[in-house]
Amino acid sequence: MKEKKKKINRRKFIGYSGLITGGVLASSIAPSLGGILMASRKPKNDGPWYGIGIDIEKCIGCGNCAKTCKIENDVPKEPFFFRNWVEQYTLKKDGSMLIEAPNGGIDGFKQTEADENILKTFFVPKMCNHCAKSPCTQVCPVGATFESPEGIALIDEKYCIGCGYCIQACPYGCRYLHPDTDVADKCTLCYHRIKKGMNPACMDTCPTGARISGDLNDPESDLNKFLNTKNVQVLKPQMNTGSKLFYNALNREVK
Amino acid sequence: MDPRFEHLYEALTKVDGFIYPNEIDLAWSVLIVLYPYITGLVAGAFILASLERVFKVKALKPTYAIALLTSFSFLLVATMPLIFHLGKPLRFFEILTTPHLTSAMAVFGFVYLWYLMVVLLLEIWFDYRHDLVIWSNQGRGMKKWIYKILTLGIKDISTEALSWDQKLGYAVTIIGIPSAFLLHGYVGFIFGSIKANPWWSTTLMPVIFLFSAMVSGIALVMVIFMLVNYIRKEKIDMKCLDTIGKFLLYAIIIDFALEALDQVHRFYVADESFDTIYLLMSGKLYITLIGMQIIVGTVIPLIVLGFMQFYKPKVKIRQWLYFITGILVLVGIFFMRWNVVIGGQLFSKSFNGFTSFKLDLIGAEGFLGAAIWMIVPFLILAFLLWLLPPWKKISEHF
Repeated sequence: MKEKKKKINRRKFIGYSGLITGGVLASSIAPSLGGILMASRKPKNDGPWYGIGIDIEKCIGCGNCAKTCKIENDVPKEPFFFRNWVEQYTLKKDGSMLIEAPNGGIDGFKQTEADENILKTFFVPKMCNHCAKSPCTQVCPVGATFESPEGIALIDEKYCIGCGYCIQACPYGCRYLHPDTDVADKCTLCYHRIKKGMNPACMDTCPTGARISGDLNDPESDLNKFLNTKNVQVLKPQMNTGSKLFYNALNREVK
Repeated sequence: MDPRFEHLYEALTKVDGFIYPNEIDLAWSVLIVLYPYITGLVAGAFILASLERVFKVKALKPTYAIALLTSFSFLLVATMPLIFHLGKPLRFFEILTTPHLTSAMAVFGFVYLWYLMVVLLLEIWFDYRHDLVIWSNQGRGMKKWIYKILTLGIKDISTEALSWDQKLGYAVTIIGIPSAFLLHGYVGFIFGSIKANPWWSTTLMPVIFLFSAMVSGIALVMVIFMLVNYIRKEKIDMKCLDTIGKFLLYAIIIDFALEALDQVHRFYVADESFDTIYLLMSGKLYITLIGMQIIVGTVIPLIVLGFMQFYKPKVKIRQWLYFITGILVLVGIFFMRWNVVIGGQLFSKSFNGFTSFKLDLIGAEGFLGAAIWMIVPFLILAFLLWLLPPWKKISEHF
């Protein structure tokens, strides 16, 4: 009888040890599975939380923003690499929409359609949406892309491995592989400037004040005034990326 | 003009409609086509081996060791196209040292190492241990020493030790099946989880990748099995070949059904991306999708293999039919990967236009650069078949 009891105890001991080891292993792996929930959680935003407002009604398509950005941020001058750019939309009388962005609008725009065929035309400046749940940050396999405490999506170019996964993940086409550094590159909202209290270069250079950026958590900020007084919309809202780039007078054709 | 950008200027003239300006250059090229292709061959070949060992399909026995060695040879190369495509290849280790766990790509290194170290190496070792001990006593020169090293100094070939080899090898195979599913299903998830890209973003992607992996892996082992027999001037075990053909047919049916479901869903739902995707399928991808993937890689093999379930032609003809079908399937699955990876980058995420892709001949991302990574696994396999010839094996698992 005694012998039997001992056996069960040993068996139990092994069982419990297995359970504990398994438990420790499982609980050490479990937190990493939280990574799955990145996009389904509410983003944290205490403190300054930067967003951008673009007023399409004010944009004249001069392309200064795109040109200035290339100079300010050493973006390659070839027409395949842009941190920001301008698109020209021409709604024709036959109902079709012509979209163009030659050299990202840097050299300005020429209307290629005859006047009598045009119903209306407008410009849409594009740049990084600095999403609160940015897909690019989500997919970076090494964490070289990250969000700053102010909610700005940045890249550590000394850490990026240049896999290009973020370029695939951005729904807005805002990233490219830099041909000189061989790592991903994108708009930083001129982080080097805003940390000194200055505006991003593209905003300072805009002659009509069509672009503003500011703290979404500051009720008095110009950005919040813009958001409160205009009917704003984000690009591709169905993507649920938490985009913080808000457009006034966004046409449904703009994607 | 900077020669680095010549192809981009050329692509600029071929842009169709409107694309975002950063979209002219494809971030992922032919090397990333090879990545899921090679990984799929690994997983598929392994699953064929486990059909024999775990699911007791004994007719497949002559292919067991060949399938394992094939899987291993391709696995050794699987990461190379990935590393060579990186902008900064020397930083690849960061994925292992500081994985960013919200990324689907981050754990690939671990899944890969698990598969390499825990599954394939162990299974091959347990399967060959008895033979290694015997060969290390028989051979001479270098080869003898290689065998000695490979035994890891464990020379016990008592019945009890051998039965442990059996048990452990079996256990590893059982772990290996979900691992193979994980390895390739996971590769599918890397694409399927990109919500920005409607051509990739489908829940079915991991499952489709998995079954297409089985299709390609089984076809590869079938072709290699025939080649090995041909080179050794041995008669091909037709019962075995017919059984592989049967399982290949099953795998193609499931794979085809899944992909058809995906497309039917796409056409029926017809979301905002549909018009663009339809233009993609009927335009830029017409030859590679409809021609190569569907007709050459799926429909013809389905007809041939299906036909042979009812009527078995003469051995010689049957062998040729199997061989050609195997090659067609391998070509078809390659183009399936091509259509996913390249096709997914040809249309603009604005859904308003298309860019173009031209495969260069030379360069790391060119045709020849990519061809190297398809040839190397065969060289590794040839070496392994010389070192560990399955036909000289004494031990057999049951």
